[in-house]
Amino acid sequence: MKRRDLVQGLLAGGALATIGGCATTSGVPSKARVLVVGGGYGGATAAKYVRLLSGNSIDVVLVEPNANFVSCPISNLVIGGVRRMADITSSYDGLRNRHGVQVVHDTVTAIDAAKKTVRLAGGADIGYDTLILSPGIELIFDSIGGLRQANAQGQILHAWKAGAETQALFEQLQAMRDGGVYALSIPEAPYRCPPGPYERASIVAAYLKKHKPRSKVLVFDANQDVTSKGPLFKKAWADLYPGLLEYRAQHKAVAVDGASRTLRFDFQEPVKADVLNVVPPMRAGAIAVQAGLANANGRWCHVNFLNFESTAAAGVHVLGDSTQSAPAMPKSGHMANNQAKVAAAAIVAQIKGLAPNTSPMLTNTCYSFVSPTEVVHVASVHEYVTAEKTFKTVAGSGGVSSARNEQEAGYAMAWARNIWADTLG
Amino acid sequence: MRIGWTRHAIAVGMMVVGLGGNAMGQTATELHTRALAATCANCHGTDGRAVPGSGSARLAGQSKELIVSQLQGFRDGTRQATVMHQLVKGYSNEQIDRLAAYFAAQK
Repeated sequence: MKRRDLVQGLLAGGALATIGGCATTSGVPSKARVLVVGGGYGGATAAKYVRLLSGNSIDVVLVEPNANFVSCPISNLVIGGVRRMADITSSYDGLRNRHGVQVVHDTVTAIDAAKKTVRLAGGADIGYDTLILSPGIELIFDSIGGLRQANAQGQILHAWKAGAETQALFEQLQAMRDGGVYALSIPEAPYRCPPGPYERASIVAAYLKKHKPRSKVLVFDANQDVTSKGPLFKKAWADLYPGLLEYRAQHKAVAVDGASRTLRFDFQEPVKADVLNVVPPMRAGAIAVQAGLANANGRWCHVNFLNFESTAAAGVHVLGDSTQSAPAMPKSGHMANNQAKVAAAAIVAQIKGLAPNTSPMLTNTCYSFVSPTEVVHVASVHEYVTAEKTFKTVAGSGGVSSARNEQEAGYAMAWARNIWADTLG
Repeated sequence: MRIGWTRHAIAVGMMVVGLGGNAMGQTATELHTRALAATCANCHGTDGRAVPGSGSARLAGQSKELIVSQLQGFRDGTRQATVMHQLVKGYSNEQIDRLAAYFAAQK
């Protein structure tokens, strides 16, 4: 009765077209068989694949605060003016309309793992049988003095969560004078997207080389050396951006001044920049930390790698960047998407009473643009090793590009279009 | 609204065909094979149905023999690749056989 009233009400109000043609998406359900928190690469894929692998027989609710999915991969091209925000933005309508996932746009503020309920910022509670958390990362602003305030005032951006800051950083570069300095601060590993900072430095250098050639890119890395695809990035910088891009390892940021765009280090002299882009250290998404799931140094969440169930709470699965990674397992969108499929298959098997998969597999393929037209990749294949209860890379597999090349720029965009469709479509 | 429901009905229809009747009794092996095939989906599309025009090869509906021979060619170097020669070395012959059979059965 209620649902019919609701549908009629929506029809009368002419609102039906705006909610994707599915009346069941409008309200907040009181209970979900599988509840997914976070609609990024991990959560959206998990929601879709629980539906897909169960023949649409298991109801899935996805809670995600943002109206649209904005991809971190490819977002560096937006910062460099090569792509636009619309190119990296996708809707959740595919999950709703093609897969029957109930998408609720809200934020989970508390989890009660004993009662199996979550609370939403909007006030409602949702019960669940199985919870999948894919909350991404929380940036630890307070690990760098002054950063929280400078970021809140828009003076110093991270742009490490694709969205408003992605566009804002591009606009800062557009407004920068020719002859200005763009400085990028990289945190100690582990952080989201190991090659991401080096791709960003490359793409910003390409933008400045073309539009403001007297400018400089200064890269301050808290790590000992480039953490991913090092020789390929360094060759690209030497060949393409000599005198424009300078890389300095072992520079750990400890404080900033927003007004003067000054970056301070633990040992070296401070540096002033025209555009200061500081990526602070990070940890598991706030809700995972708050729920007591970050049992690896208080930063990341240990999981059982057979099904990605938290080792801290039964019935709660954690995916993606929030997890304590297995050896050589990057925090990447591709990896989160693959982890989600392992978790979804395990959850479907459990609910259906089928034997669990004791030898799941994961892949990772990561393309980095070193210029708007040239790309380098790193790829790996990971198998579950029962004796060690973790994933390890398969001996002899994986590798990097032999050299930067234009062919893989096409493949990088093919990758993006296909993983967006696989995650959301 | 009509389009939304029609697509949904098509998706459910394809699923039943693809799995030989999931709702009536999916086996553990079918589930595990489908999850294994999902490791290819990032680049080649869900169930091997690559986004048309994206530049990635469509695997769905290709013959099993063709898929196996291509993958073996990447592995032994007789077929050139940018990344597939690195990825295929992570899969056993038995897994390649299962993957090829799965994608061949997709439409």
